[in-house]
Amino acid sequence: MALAAFSWQELAQQVVSGLASGGIYASLALALVLIYRATRVINFAQGELATLTTFVAWSLTNHGLNKWVAFPLTLLIAFAGGVALERVVIRPVERAPVLTVVMLTIGLLIGLNGLTAWIWGGETRSFPSLFSTGTVDVGGVAVSYADIGVIGVTLGAVGLISLFFRFTKLGLGMRAVAANPETSPLVGIRVGWMLALGWGLAATLGALSGILVAPTVFLEPNMMQAILLYAFAAAILGGLESPLGAVVGGLLLGVILNLAGRYVPEVGGESRLAVALAVILIVLTIRPSGLFGRTVGRRV
Amino acid sequence: MSALLELRDVEARYGPVKALHGVSLSVEEGSIVAVLGANGAGKTTILRAISNTVRRSGDIVFAGRRLGRAGPDAVMRLGIAHVPEGRGIFRELSVWDNLRLGAYVRRDRAAVAADAERMLGHFPWIARRRGQAAGTLSGGEQQMLALARALMGRPRLLLLDEPSLGLAPLVVREIFRILAELNERDGLTALVVEQNASVALRVSQSACVLEVGRVVLAGPSTELREHDAVRRSYLGY
Ligand SMILES: Nc1ncnc2c1ncn2[C@@H]1O[C@H](COP(=O)(O)OP(=O)(O)OP(=O)(O)O)[C@@H](O)[C@H]1O
Ligand SMILES: [Mg+2]
Repeated sequence: MALAAFSWQELAQQVVSGLASGGIYASLALALVLIYRATRVINFAQGELATLTTFVAWSLTNHGLNKWVAFPLTLLIAFAGGVALERVVIRPVERAPVLTVVMLTIGLLIGLNGLTAWIWGGETRSFPSLFSTGTVDVGGVAVSYADIGVIGVTLGAVGLISLFFRFTKLGLGMRAVAANPETSPLVGIRVGWMLALGWGLAATLGALSGILVAPTVFLEPNMMQAILLYAFAAAILGGLESPLGAVVGGLLLGVILNLAGRYVPEVGGESRLAVALAVILIVLTIRPSGLFGRTVGRRV
Repeated sequence: MSALLELRDVEARYGPVKALHGVSLSVEEGSIVAVLGANGAGKTTILRAISNTVRRSGDIVFAGRRLGRAGPDAVMRLGIAHVPEGRGIFRELSVWDNLRLGAYVRRDRAAVAADAERMLGHFPWIARRRGQAAGTLSGGEQQMLALARALMGRPRLLLLDEPSLGLAPLVVREIFRILAELNERDGLTALVVEQNASVALRVSQSACVLEVGRVVLAGPSTELREHDAVRRSYLGY
């Protein structure tokens, strides 16, 4: 099979659309990292949570709500749902070994998946995009509005979250809990609520990634399963403890997958998953702490 | 005059291991009380019992109020700042964030800023290192930072766990000098656990000696300094 002729314009297009899917991986990866940093738990239910909330968004728009109202409302619902889930399901096992909690999130994955299929059925639905179709010419490269929009929204969300962590008292409290959960209560921080807040933010980011990805992959109960795997790969690539790493890892992975799919003949749509797995394996062998793994040791 | 803090018959355990066997002690407002004892005597556990970070029973009364089931964060909000064994630094956070965390529960921004200035007066090096990750500080600097953090909460009672551990004599003197100064000038109340008995008995007004989870000796620090057993076991002369 001969390669199609190479052109710089096309390369640039591939990079931009890679960044767009990367932005989606980045927001879900950031969700994983927020919870992992605070509790060492990988939340396997993060993808299903995103799917469920995306279905909520679909129902809201389907009942005639404008998407500019429905989507922000969905984010609020996701936040409240994340907080509630932590308080009700995770809190009772707060002191249990990490493995127990991880098993519980796997249980949640299965439960939420079943719940979604039970409420909305298994069929595939189309989902309204936030952005208009069409492309805009950027220096000779045709870039779709959707790609620009997805990149803009994810970077905006990530920016807001980093401002929150940096400049608010709650953000300081959450960083403190991630850095030292034993001392945190000694300065008056309510650790349990910080963890719940983390779940709320993570669920919100997940909902955002679901809303952004649903127009292209279509809405169905298993929609986020591959995306979650990409998000894992992104988080591991960037360093599971680093929010910045999750974002950079996500964007980078999006570009890698897109370029591999276009320029490596063996990598078709289906084998993108294999590329993501390869990325995970390579990072874990060469640099287990990821690109942005922390430099200051953690006291154990 | 009633005591600011009173422990009555407090027991504490780690799983099946009992670490305190009915400890009673009191801390008068405006005084520094030292707790002396060998390794494993239960000194750290006393402080943990007060901040409710260990399973305990018995009565702990602070400012006329039983602490009961109040969790560690609630105890802190009542005005008890605990600098734990090992200092409890937030290693990945900046020096400045560590300091700010001491005032996490306070709402009086202007007064917090003024207190931060006062801490920079005591520890001028903090201003120069404010952006640095606190985990990269030296042990002595971490201890000073932990003390400054605790003071940022304007506690009515300060719990200090072995501030001298692993520090050079000069740094130990500096830390206890600041403690004595705050006690004299601002009336700071503190319960200080120490193995360095000579320093601890100099700054404290009263002290008690702990042996395997029991108070075996208590009294004014001047008297304990002259006490034969204390001299032999803890002062080394
Ligand atoms: N986490 C724990 N699990 C089990 N036993 C513990 C734990 N922490 C302390 N102990 C036990 O409780 C007793 C009192 O310990 P504690 O830490 O209060 O002693 P200490 O006087 O502070 O000693 P040191 O001077 O070495 O710090 C010891 O016998 C110790 O072995
Ligand atoms: Mg101790």
